[in-house]
Amino acid sequence: MTTFLGMPATAPRGVGHLRGDQPFPRAAHDALGDSQLRRNLRHATTTIRGKSGRVIAELPDWQRLRDAGSAIKADVMSRLPDLLAELESRVTEAGGVVHWAADANEANRIVTDLVRRAGSERVIKVKSMATQEIGLNEALEDAGITPVETDLAELIVQLGDDKPSHILVPAIHRNRSEIREIFLRAMPGVDPELTDDPPVLAAAARRYLRETFLSTSVAVSGANFAIAETGTLGVVESEGNGRMCLTLPDTLITVMGIEKVLPTWRDLEVFLQLLPRASTGERMNPYTTMWTGVTPGDGPQNVHLVLLDNGRSAVLADTVGRQALHCIRCSACLNVCPVYERTGGHAYGSVYPGPIGAVLSPQLTGIEDNASLPYASSLCGACFDACPVKIDIPSMLVHLRDKAPHPPAERAAMAAAAYTMSRPRLYAYAQRAAKMARIAGRRGRGLPPPLSGWTAGRDLPEFPEQTFRDWWAQR
Amino acid sequence: MRIAFFATCLADTLFPEAAKATVRLLERLGHEVVFPFDQTCCGQMHVNTGYQTEALPLIRRYAQTFDRYEVIVAPSGSCAGSIRHQHAMVASSHGDAGLAARSASVAARTYELSELLVDVLKIEDVGAYYPHRVTYHPTCHSLRMIRVGDKPLRLLRQVRGLDLVELPAAEQCCGFGGTFALKNAETSTAMLADKMTNIVSTGADVCTAGDSSCLMHIGGGLSRLRTGVRTVHLAEILASTEST
Amino acid sequence: MSTSRELILDRIRAALRDAPVAAEVPRDYRPAGTNTADLDVLIDRLADYKAEVHRVGAGEVAATAARLAGEGGAVLVPPGLPAEWRPEGSFADDGLTPERIAAAGAVLTAAAVAVAETGTIVLDGSPDQGRRVITLLPDVHVCVLRPDQVVASVPDAIARLDPRRPLTWISGPSATSDIELNRVEGVHGPRHLHVLVLDS
Repeated sequence: MTTFLGMPATAPRGVGHLRGDQPFPRAAHDALGDSQLRRNLRHATTTIRGKSGRVIAELPDWQRLRDAGSAIKADVMSRLPDLLAELESRVTEAGGVVHWAADANEANRIVTDLVRRAGSERVIKVKSMATQEIGLNEALEDAGITPVETDLAELIVQLGDDKPSHILVPAIHRNRSEIREIFLRAMPGVDPELTDDPPVLAAAARRYLRETFLSTSVAVSGANFAIAETGTLGVVESEGNGRMCLTLPDTLITVMGIEKVLPTWRDLEVFLQLLPRASTGERMNPYTTMWTGVTPGDGPQNVHLVLLDNGRSAVLADTVGRQALHCIRCSACLNVCPVYERTGGHAYGSVYPGPIGAVLSPQLTGIEDNASLPYASSLCGACFDACPVKIDIPSMLVHLRDKAPHPPAERAAMAAAAYTMSRPRLYAYAQRAAKMARIAGRRGRGLPPPLSGWTAGRDLPEFPEQTFRDWWAQR
Repeated sequence: MRIAFFATCLADTLFPEAAKATVRLLERLGHEVVFPFDQTCCGQMHVNTGYQTEALPLIRRYAQTFDRYEVIVAPSGSCAGSIRHQHAMVASSHGDAGLAARSASVAARTYELSELLVDVLKIEDVGAYYPHRVTYHPTCHSLRMIRVGDKPLRLLRQVRGLDLVELPAAEQCCGFGGTFALKNAETSTAMLADKMTNIVSTGADVCTAGDSSCLMHIGGGLSRLRTGVRTVHLAEILASTEST
Repeated sequence: MSTSRELILDRIRAALRDAPVAAEVPRDYRPAGTNTADLDVLIDRLADYKAEVHRVGAGEVAATAARLAGEGGAVLVPPGLPAEWRPEGSFADDGLTPERIAAAGAVLTAAAVAVAETGTIVLDGSPDQGRRVITLLPDVHVCVLRPDQVVASVPDAIARLDPRRPLTWISGPSATSDIELNRVEGVHGPRHLHVLVLDS
């Protein structure tokens, strides 16, 4: 692929985690056969849907907050260059250093160089989708630097040599007894009497990480938002691992997608209401840290911000698809998605699973690299209703399907169907001819794919003696 | 009232009883039903599978066929949804502003059956009799695309002899999704399995909905498992009387 | 300036060639000043997220904090804490090492703002609240709130706060929902949060 300088570009291949090894239906096959996984997912998504629904119902102005959130994001996209430049100025004035990374490789290089310059062989990490996306941990390891994930779920994934399967709760596919087994197997110094009681598991993580927090001089984080007007960055979290990373080290490196910028301080009054209620189903998450550059004597004294493109400009170039950049990574769409609930996140191949992943990943990579994802939805619309910033995911899925490469046989069949249906007499003739299909029987024995996919679990309807059209003509 | 009937290609071809029931019901309520023969398909399958260019002639045909009518009804929330939410959008994204305007105008006059009855004809008791235990599945496009809300339930509650039982997790998709059922057959079937479990748990002998497509999917599964539960389109229940 | 900066900005400008014009942001949600703060709501929401609430007079702060620090636990305080609140035997942060901070039986601070509707207290690093690290490492955080610091909603808090200060929003003790999406209190931050609401 030729890339012209200055033209929107997709995320490069060979680095990061935006592309799966196999198409969605094949990847989903294994997950669908794993009854433990299905139970874990159902339990987790049912729990979160209930919690979220209850705290959202407490706010009389939830729909108006959604409208405001949606409009703020659209405004951000329309003047993104100016807002990024403003953010850069404010962060710099406050003592921070801003870096620009055109893609994953450049971001990884910038972070690796900064860690080396700080003289550290280890970094502590706050859970961050952006650094997952670019494969930062692998890049650091290649450079001899040990990244330590400090979020409990990320730690479970890292110790289990696993992949994240949910935006908010990367180990959602694991239940308590599986987590206990992972800790017993891979957590240095763990109490062999460890039980699977969640508070006991959380305490084990506390003990294991405390020394690491106190002895590591560099942290890497993402950011939930950055305020252009003030240069303020924010991380929303629960456990306090974020506070540890954002407070204790000398050097803090934050990697943030360019779409995360918000125009004004006041805009936070909208997003700090939308995000916790939509994501963890809490009125407010336990901890949110906000910092503006360097505060002398308090927290990291070397503060860096890496602004990441990695395909976002290509998403922005699609007038329909750019809405995917409004996402605030709350996971509400995953939690209500009937497809996600049954397949889990790994089937999507990308670090961005679920409905938002099905529209974001193919746009970040170019649709040819994730062509099956826009079809990984029944278009039921639950995601649109759940989205706190009202991203119309179903319409975007339909739009991306139109841009996706189509199998030649399907294309021919669709063209033939459209040809027939554009001609009422031919259509009526075809309807009668279709009755011949009754030969297949209701179980559809011998039908070729993809029709055999239907009859694997469903009978065919009985063909009627007479179409409605013929009945009407005879009345 | 003179009502133009868009039968939908699926009901026309595979589920004529749902289409006939719509006609019988509206005529029994004293309305004139016309069936323009030039109609075929709304093009939803094409649009939703990624073939907007191929759908364009079907969208044009729908607008041409139905533009002359004041009120149009379709026995499908999904087709009504496609007409209302996709036709003008597809036309305009393909640079046909004239068609987009015409499609938007026709779409505004196109109703799903329960909407026509409750919102336009202002009737909830259609005088039906249907002595069965029935559960209602709100199809996704009825629920979230055109937002019929509880209109179908209000109609069903007035049906004499009918024992309406609530479907657990009713708002969850049945897994049909058009070509999704073929392209992601295993996921679709997993969703269907849960839907069937919920339907069977109600003890209903009939599962009804406003879309023949979802009913084909659910009914195909219920039949394969020999559950004994039948799927019947909402129109067929509302058209039933003590004499039928 | 890095060339990637120009490259990215050029790409974004090219992506926005259609020159989208965003509609004005509708802000008809409940803005700052809509409701007056309700102390009972705050207390209810704090308790719901497992913070312990104590109603005390200003003269009782020191003794309460000392009691909460437990037997033999010294109370750590920020350098600018009002003298009348300081328990006997407490020690002030003057650039202490993390190890010394972590060894405190409890840390006692003031707060900048509290949000009733969400059960949140916000620290802004003022002298009576101190460096962020002192409220992070001890296992017990005792936070004193004056009733006039309580606002009704998030917009009210945003309007009061200065973003140029380091801000920590705290809603209950450290918690996680990472195991089966059930909230479990007590991970890396203080496992016990006590809020002393002063009598007005």
